[in-house]
Amino acid sequence: MASQKENSSAQEPKKKVRKKRLLSKLYPDFIIQRDLEKCIKCKICIRECTYEAHGWDEKREILTEDHAKCVGCHRCEAMCPTGAIVITKNPSAFREHDTWKPWFIKNVYKQADTGGVLLSATGCAVPFRNYWDHLVLDACQVTNPPIDPLREPMELRTFLGPKPDALQVELDDEGRFYLKTKVGPWIKLEVPIMFAAMSYGAISLHVHQGLARAAKELGTLYNTGEGGLHASLYEYGSNTIVQCASGRFGLHVDYLKAGVAIEIKIGQGAKPGIGGHLPGEKVTEEISKTRMIPVGSDALSPAPHHDIYSIEDLRGLIYALKEATEYKKLVFVKIAAVHNAPAIASGIVRAGADVVVLDGLRGGTGAAPTMFRDYVGIPVELALAAVDQRLREEGIRNWASLVISGGIRCSADVVKAIALGADAVYIGTPALIACGCTMCQRCFTGKCPWGIATNNPKLLKRLDPDTAFERIYNLVHGWAHEIQELLGAMGLNSLESLRGNRDKLRAVGLNETELRILGVKHAGE
Amino acid sequence: MDIFIPNKEISGCGLSGIINRQGELVKGELIIESICCQMERGNGLGAGFAAYGIYPEFQEHYCLHIMADSKKALKEVEELLNHHCYMAHQEEIPTRPTPGISSAPRFRRYFVKPRYEGEVRDLCEGTPDEDDYMVNLVMHINTHIDGAYVISSGRNMGAFKGVGFPDQIANFFRLEEYSAYIWTAHNRFPTNTPGWWGGAHPFTILDWSIVHNGEISSYGTNRRYLEMFGYHCTLLTDTEVVAYLLDLLIRRHRLPMEVACTALAPPFWSEIDLMPEPEKTLYTSVRAVYGAAMLNGPFAILFAYNGGLVGLNDRVKLRPLVTAKKGEFYYMASEEAAIRAICPDPDEVWCPKAGEPVIIEMEPNTIPNQRSYLHGQIFDLSTPICRFPAEEEEE
Repeated sequence: MASQKENSSAQEPKKKVRKKRLLSKLYPDFIIQRDLEKCIKCKICIRECTYEAHGWDEKREILTEDHAKCVGCHRCEAMCPTGAIVITKNPSAFREHDTWKPWFIKNVYKQADTGGVLLSATGCAVPFRNYWDHLVLDACQVTNPPIDPLREPMELRTFLGPKPDALQVELDDEGRFYLKTKVGPWIKLEVPIMFAAMSYGAISLHVHQGLARAAKELGTLYNTGEGGLHASLYEYGSNTIVQCASGRFGLHVDYLKAGVAIEIKIGQGAKPGIGGHLPGEKVTEEISKTRMIPVGSDALSPAPHHDIYSIEDLRGLIYALKEATEYKKLVFVKIAAVHNAPAIASGIVRAGADVVVLDGLRGGTGAAPTMFRDYVGIPVELALAAVDQRLREEGIRNWASLVISGGIRCSADVVKAIALGADAVYIGTPALIACGCTMCQRCFTGKCPWGIATNNPKLLKRLDPDTAFERIYNLVHGWAHEIQELLGAMGLNSLESLRGNRDKLRAVGLNETELRILGVKHAGE
Repeated sequence: MDIFIPNKEISGCGLSGIINRQGELVKGELIIESICCQMERGNGLGAGFAAYGIYPEFQEHYCLHIMADSKKALKEVEELLNHHCYMAHQEEIPTRPTPGISSAPRFRRYFVKPRYEGEVRDLCEGTPDEDDYMVNLVMHINTHIDGAYVISSGRNMGAFKGVGFPDQIANFFRLEEYSAYIWTAHNRFPTNTPGWWGGAHPFTILDWSIVHNGEISSYGTNRRYLEMFGYHCTLLTDTEVVAYLLDLLIRRHRLPMEVACTALAPPFWSEIDLMPEPEKTLYTSVRAVYGAAMLNGPFAILFAYNGGLVGLNDRVKLRPLVTAKKGEFYYMASEEAAIRAICPDPDEVWCPKAGEPVIIEMEPNTIPNQRSYLHGQIFDLSTPICRFPAEEEEE
């Protein structure tokens, strides 16, 4: 067919070429407002905007704007030395229609223009009920005293890994107790917050370096994601989780042995059921070395692991990885939170995983088909509550730790997750926002003007590793202190007394089904 | 002229406990006097006592103290017991009308042994496995029989509790007529949980009995942890979890008493990090594995078993606990006054440190069925095989 078409076009070279009109360009999302009185025509905005939304008209000697190219990243606004630029939502409106909101109209235009799949970044943008916002925490009044973390010890230390049902303790020859049971390996976290898998490639090397250093200073872990581990980061091994995803990019035995844990990524909350996407635009020389793929080639990991078509295959891979690393590393298995998560999680625990990771509907990504990002998977709050309960009912909750990710925005979300039953959480998006991300959701273009989700050597310079480290460290440090304050207010001085303590939660405005699934009483009860 | 301002402490609940290390019997009047000295610590909404060594004639039988709302509930309990136990004796628990005590539920006691059938009979009779059988039986009564609650279930011991001031409860149950080698008592100021007969202290399972002053802020975590091991909390009070935790950690998991106390009130990580080996590994593991068993929040507890009395404070000592010694007698109470009321000139009086247990065990071979948990147990037990038959047997 294709060759026929080519032939026919060759035979009729005179046919008039119809100029394509891109409807999606007619209605920009944002408007660049320039205050001409303040503007000094320094052209910084032109240099800063990687999307070429700002231009220079030589003849008229004025700055121009191509609003359609603006993604709303606010880089120009932030960098303008005279504060002359404001990026606003385009006030131009379609006739109001509750079903046909501008979002859908514009998406139809885009697809009609190109015939492609809609792409997005970050996590689900649809306003499904956010359960964190319907849960409130308890505090002590009179009958037990709140504890002040500025004056009393307040412990957040957490151990990840399988715990035996019981310990056997005996007396040694000198009359001292010693532990007879063989335990571990466990991973010690000083804060119950880890950095979620974001691959080198999806985010810049500088951010990775910042994350690694922050993890080390905070006593927690960061996750390499599926993009392999850059040579400069091997020194942070004791704070590293290496990921083994379906593409197996950059995976070799030294890589597997580099960290303290290996995460088998089955699914991702932002795009359950499909593999990862790293557009060729982002595959530079360094990325190509680390991932072990050619420069400029798309890194598309397959939807399934082609050696895991069943739960017993997963068991096979878990133990293959354990064998390869001499049982010194913990194996995490990460799944997207989907309808049947409790049964799947139970299977994963029984298959030998040391840590189960649930990534919810709101889990972020650098690139996902919009339909997947917005409509596939379930909120992690519900999945967590259901999985924790299921594992307890089966008496295997202590066989593996439970980590959740996807949509954690503040320290109170962390506290609520732990009260619902999580051992720890992963955060991804908050760490990037800490580095300056403005959630423009265009990470897949490789043009991140903030130097975060890009590998362009020029753009990289916009965020140095020290700044990334400092800002990420500050964020988690602040959260950790808030968690201590919240714990103290509840009269607890150690995080393990909050874990699974749903009595500390009350719901506001949830229905009976939601309350039952969350295992939480309504406020007032 | 100085104005005398009484230095009154307003804090819920008073505790008192006595043990004689030689097994000498102590009259009920003594513990009543001690707990009544702490009247300000209660509000008349609950009091209770546990006594050890009070049923020497049935010392080999588990004594079930049953509290029931109705005749029907009692009948159901009896049917169940007839089905699952050999019963040596049963009777109403003697009470007397007491001013201020109204609408008391019914109390009966049953002296029973597990009834094993068929092949397991030889294997299980008289083994420690009987304890598991009894725990399951107690859980079954508490969760399945509406209006019936097991108040105590140990050998040669019993708990007496209800809604009232301690003097009223003591009078109601005629406690001056009993003599015991261990007594614990409680005066309750209920706050978070309702004042009802079942909610008074002590809480018991087998021969464990707990009296508690404080609030267990980690209750939700502890309760869900215990559910994984088949314990169900039905008495609407946080203290219940302590009884079950002790049973799980000490009797079933066989942790030495000292280590179990560390699990309940563990040292801080900053202390553990400085410990030498093997303690460092041990306590790190205890916290990692038994984190959900940690009791968090302010508490002072006294718990007793056939052979010992233990006092324990939370790890930042947010509730009072005083201990004293006089010869072979040891006293533990919320206030020193409560001890001096019955022992005016103790040899020694001290306040235990936060999280540091005071463990007083009797001399070996002092009493029948004596248990010792200090330094861990010497005997080893295979996996229990003689479980209490579950629901499938019930119709």
